[in-house]
Amino acid sequence: MKNSDVIIQTTTKVVFFMIFLFSIHIFFAGHYTPGGGFVGGLLTASAIVLLLLAFDIQTVRKALPFNYTVIIAIGLLLALGTASASILFDVPFFTHAYDDFRLPLFGLTSLHSAMMFDLGVYLVVVGATMTIILSIGSDD
Amino acid sequence: MINLLLFPVLIPFLTAMILMFFPKKVHAQRTVVIIGLAGSVAAAVWLLATVMTDGIQAVTLGSWPAPFGITMVSDPLSAGLVLTSNLITLFIAWYSFRSIGEGRERHFYYPAMMFMLTGINGAFTTGDIFNMFVFFEVLLMASYVLIVLGGEKRQLRESIKYILVNVISSAFFVTTVAMLYSVTGTLNMADISAKVSEIGQSGILTVIAVMLILVFGLKGAIFPLYFWLPGSYAAPPVPVLALFGALLTKVGVYSITRTVTLLLPNDPGFTHELLMVLAVLTIIAGCIGALAYFDLKQIIIYNIIIAVGVILFGVAQMNSAGLEGAVFYLIHDMLIKAALFMLIGVIIAVTGTSNLREMGGLMKTHPGLAWTWLIAAFGLAGIPPLSGFFGKLLIVEGAFEADNLWGGVIILASSLVVLLSVIRIFIHAFWGEPQPIAGVSAKVYRSLFIPAALLTAVTVFYGVGTEWLRPVMTDAAEILHEPSIYIDAVLKE
Repeated sequence: MKNSDVIIQTTTKVVFFMIFLFSIHIFFAGHYTPGGGFVGGLLTASAIVLLLLAFDIQTVRKALPFNYTVIIAIGLLLALGTASASILFDVPFFTHAYDDFRLPLFGLTSLHSAMMFDLGVYLVVVGATMTIILSIGSDD
Repeated sequence: MINLLLFPVLIPFLTAMILMFFPKKVHAQRTVVIIGLAGSVAAAVWLLATVMTDGIQAVTLGSWPAPFGITMVSDPLSAGLVLTSNLITLFIAWYSFRSIGEGRERHFYYPAMMFMLTGINGAFTTGDIFNMFVFFEVLLMASYVLIVLGGEKRQLRESIKYILVNVISSAFFVTTVAMLYSVTGTLNMADISAKVSEIGQSGILTVIAVMLILVFGLKGAIFPLYFWLPGSYAAPPVPVLALFGALLTKVGVYSITRTVTLLLPNDPGFTHELLMVLAVLTIIAGCIGALAYFDLKQIIIYNIIIAVGVILFGVAQMNSAGLEGAVFYLIHDMLIKAALFMLIGVIIAVTGTSNLREMGGLMKTHPGLAWTWLIAAFGLAGIPPLSGFFGKLLIVEGAFEADNLWGGVIILASSLVVLLSVIRIFIHAFWGEPQPIAGVSAKVYRSLFIPAALLTAVTVFYGVGTEWLRPVMTDAAEILHEPSIYIDAVLKE
């Protein structure tokens, strides 16, 4: 491929981080405003798809050397682990807990265990989307 | 342990996740699967014991009060079914070691199996109708993987049919749940039941009931809706076929039983008449199929359809004898179908064909297999000391009590057809002149035959130990018969 993709590649290098940061924002916004793990995961996956469009599969595999099946499994474990933590306290499954913490940079922040569940959802969505796209895109 | 009833759902789920980390290490996969399933069976036994001593177990997830959160409910019926499906999956996983092939084992065979078991156990345990839909999708998606895994031409063709039928029936399911929600304003099954008995049964609820029978009938293969089953089930390899034949249609049957008894206790006239007619037609259609084929797989597949008809006929009687018989027969049928499919897998492995006309004389070379097959066949037909007898006896008793004389007679006549269809396999495959056989090594034969024979032994125990198991079945039937017990257990306070 001798075509010069210099404009799309340069733009991608900038836009990728904007989409990625926006996906993180959407992910954290989920509790009080529209958003959450599912759209956040889809946005992250779409940022990686943009990289795939601008470069090629080998380059992206080298830049992001993840096994996406394992990411699905980690996400599932995280979600199940968050839900199962309630078993240890002998309260019904899926009972969440929250508290306010004074964090160094953020000040007074309310942390809720539902976020860990959402992180699991996020990882599963990213892993599943990328597995689908990569296995259709590459013929190995 | 307030969360005990979730353990049989969570343990297979956890096992599946762990298995996803190392798909290529076949030996580690096998070890983890067996450990996970053994744990799950132990949890299910513990759960059944707890349910029998302490009554119905119910937990509403997330500490929300009852109708607002998702309630999981374990009564003797669902605990018994959960234990049975865990036990069957344990035997089939063991049987898979030698029969499924390493290629499939490397490509997420065991995780798919565990996800399917998660869905099945969840569908048996849930007390929320939308959650039941979600668990149906969990088990269906995993079953799509299992039916297509391996990518043979026939599997690809049949999986398209299977997926198409199930996607359509799932869409119907969502529509039905939407209608039910707009009428009652709740999704919790106990709460729906309570609301329905408050507002009385209007015409729209009968429509919803018929739609539920349509949806679960497509999943559970009742007459006019069973057309997809014979082709789709014959496509995947034998362990997958055993898993499907023993478990999947029974989830549909359980759902019909649960929803029809719980949601429509007031005006059973029309729906139960319909269910009874469909059940009888299902039995007749299954009988025709079971006699028509000379193919091992097809004969047993049509026997699944007959059994679905028999169980639903018992449910449609709506008296305690009929319901108890249905519960007895449901669990018997799961066990015996798994055993029969595993045994035909052994026969196919030994002879290299599933065509009855091309085999014969196995009695001389494999006497153990022959006698085990005969015991399983008699168990299926319902010959007294064995497992199929007592359930069918109660169903027929229920039919006579409810003045459905002809239905009872058809059930009895269908037993003869069932016996004929499986004895034909015995005569053609085991008697007569020995045919040249493909043969397998003694080691492979043993590791296929032992799990199948042990499961047959479990069914014999189920038949002989009827008296010990009877309290479980009586309690299960009583809760089906008196939905108020279920409602009170869920909506306590």
